[in-house]
Amino acid sequence: MAERFDIKRQVGFSTVAMICFFLLYLPIATLVVYAFNAGTSIAIWEGFSLRWFRQAWNNQQVIDASLRSLQIASAAAIIATILATMAAIATTRTARYRGLSLKYSFINLPLMIPEIVCAVALLILFSRIKIWTGYSGLGYLIIAHTAFCIPFAYLPIRARLESMDLALERAAADLYATPLQAFRRVSLPLLWPGIIAGLMLAFVISLDNVVITEFVKSGGQDTLPTYMLGQLRRVVTPEMNAISTVFLLLSLGIVTIFFFISRHKN
Amino acid sequence: MRENKGDILLLENPCRFAIEVRGVSRIYGASSERVTALGGVFVSIRENEFFTLLGPSGCGKTTLLRLIAGFDFPTEGEILLHGQDIAPLPPFKRPVNTVFQNYALFPHMTVAQNIAFGLEMLGKPKDEIRARVDEMLKLVHMEQMRDRYTGQISGGQQQRVALARALAPQPKVLLLDEPLSALDYKLRKEMQIELKRLQSETGITFIFVTHDQEEALTMSDRIAVMSAGRIHQVGTAREIYDRPADRFVADFIGETNFLQATVVGTANDRATVRLASGEILDAGLPERFKPQGEVTVVIRPEHAQLFADDGEESGIKGVLENVVYFGTDTHYHVRLGGGDIFIVRRQNTRTSVDVLEPGVPVGIRLGSDAALVLRD
Repeated sequence: MAERFDIKRQVGFSTVAMICFFLLYLPIATLVVYAFNAGTSIAIWEGFSLRWFRQAWNNQQVIDASLRSLQIASAAAIIATILATMAAIATTRTARYRGLSLKYSFINLPLMIPEIVCAVALLILFSRIKIWTGYSGLGYLIIAHTAFCIPFAYLPIRARLESMDLALERAAADLYATPLQAFRRVSLPLLWPGIIAGLMLAFVISLDNVVITEFVKSGGQDTLPTYMLGQLRRVVTPEMNAISTVFLLLSLGIVTIFFFISRHKN
Repeated sequence: MRENKGDILLLENPCRFAIEVRGVSRIYGASSERVTALGGVFVSIRENEFFTLLGPSGCGKTTLLRLIAGFDFPTEGEILLHGQDIAPLPPFKRPVNTVFQNYALFPHMTVAQNIAFGLEMLGKPKDEIRARVDEMLKLVHMEQMRDRYTGQISGGQQQRVALARALAPQPKVLLLDEPLSALDYKLRKEMQIELKRLQSETGITFIFVTHDQEEALTMSDRIAVMSAGRIHQVGTAREIYDRPADRFVADFIGETNFLQATVVGTANDRATVRLASGEILDAGLPERFKPQGEVTVVIRPEHAQLFADDGEESGIKGVLENVVYFGTDTHYHVRLGGGDIFIVRRQNTRTSVDVLEPGVPVGIRLGSDAALVLRD
């Protein structure tokens, strides 16, 4: 064979690729299209309208759940990013020692633990604490979200730190910067893209969470995803599609910013 | 941001040595697998001196530099800066600055901000910093580049910025860790001259680390030749080249012929030796060295002359094996009676002709002080 092997020229390649894309995006496309349906069905098209967006916008429960989601995601993402930054510095700016890779695993373990296990464990723990303290605010959800967001924030920050030249910190120390000054003036500015990437990843992951939230939340603490889950058990109207579409746009927006930041750093 | 750096070492009684390294060892690893990077090194570096640590990679020269900078701490021994022990101080308390091998410029700062960094950390007033940065930019001819980011300038320019940044806080000693190794040949030559100029203009003691003997010989006031964690010899370029203290130094610096010989007798600082090929030679000796038995005689290729052997003149005899033309000079490879190869170097002129062809019998004429017997 004189020609170079090219996967794109294999028989059936484009067919398989088209089917895959179709299966991935058709449901989402349908969902977005029916958000603009004038009728009450999510399957029968009755003309274009923005009524479901208006309805969702005027639905106090949706507004409450959205605000709560944003509140929890912001708090959890910020706390998780701070902790992840400290963990990343502690695991990259130290001489290698036995047990270091064990620590990596511990930090990243939440990625591997089945979410339902985590949810049940947190439910049991938090219900005890609720009895002892009587506190039943959003704190539990924030703590829970922080916990599973840490590894997502940790990974981009650690990647950034590992690609950073250690000589820069040494140069700062050589030029009379105390460790704190060296961190603030040299390491932190160079670390920013990683931190922002970690923050946004954590934010999206928290915003999107259903299982753990469903288990941990008290009455009246619905986030947008758990509210939608609750609604789907009753009547399904294109209002759900409208909310989902806005949610999708928000996530896409954040991911796009994330993409541009991570591209900028290269 | 401004912190009082009053605890940076203030030097009350300057002594005539900028740096004194006293019995410094650096041993890495646990007891089972210890690696001695430096083994009890003593060296004194004078004020306003261009001092070079020269040796092959792994000889401990960079370790010694890191100990002086404070990036590492000695296992034992003292490092005195103008008479005061700095070995236990962290790097930010030592009035010593470093030019790093890969420059380590801060990529998120402009050229001017890089140069200002040390001064800002010392808490100098704004107008003083500004004036000093201007002065430094002028010193390294980088006025045009002051607001560029360090990623936007060439390697040679980065080198200049790294120098300016390290010189700006007026350190007592400037450490240079193979700073020219990333530059191409022409630029390296240029920077060698530039470094010498900066050193004499600023009057700061330079400690320069390199594995390049030519760099060391041309730039340094004095050189310390190192290998395997110890210093073999400290001296001027001429001393080290002409009077190497031992076999390692003679081998590392320049080209040298090594000949096996037996000592016949010694008197004062001279020895009479018999070469493996039978010839008797008169050779110089290092101080306090009375060799006996088997020794190595060293002779620089340019301290020997070649002549066609017609049986009339005495000298070391052999057969010419190879003639290698280098442009500036020609190397003649001579196979001696004992089997060793001896290289003779001759400076070329535009009209010099090679009268000797490979295969002819030749003799080697030596000046009276060409041969040295060295410690192994």
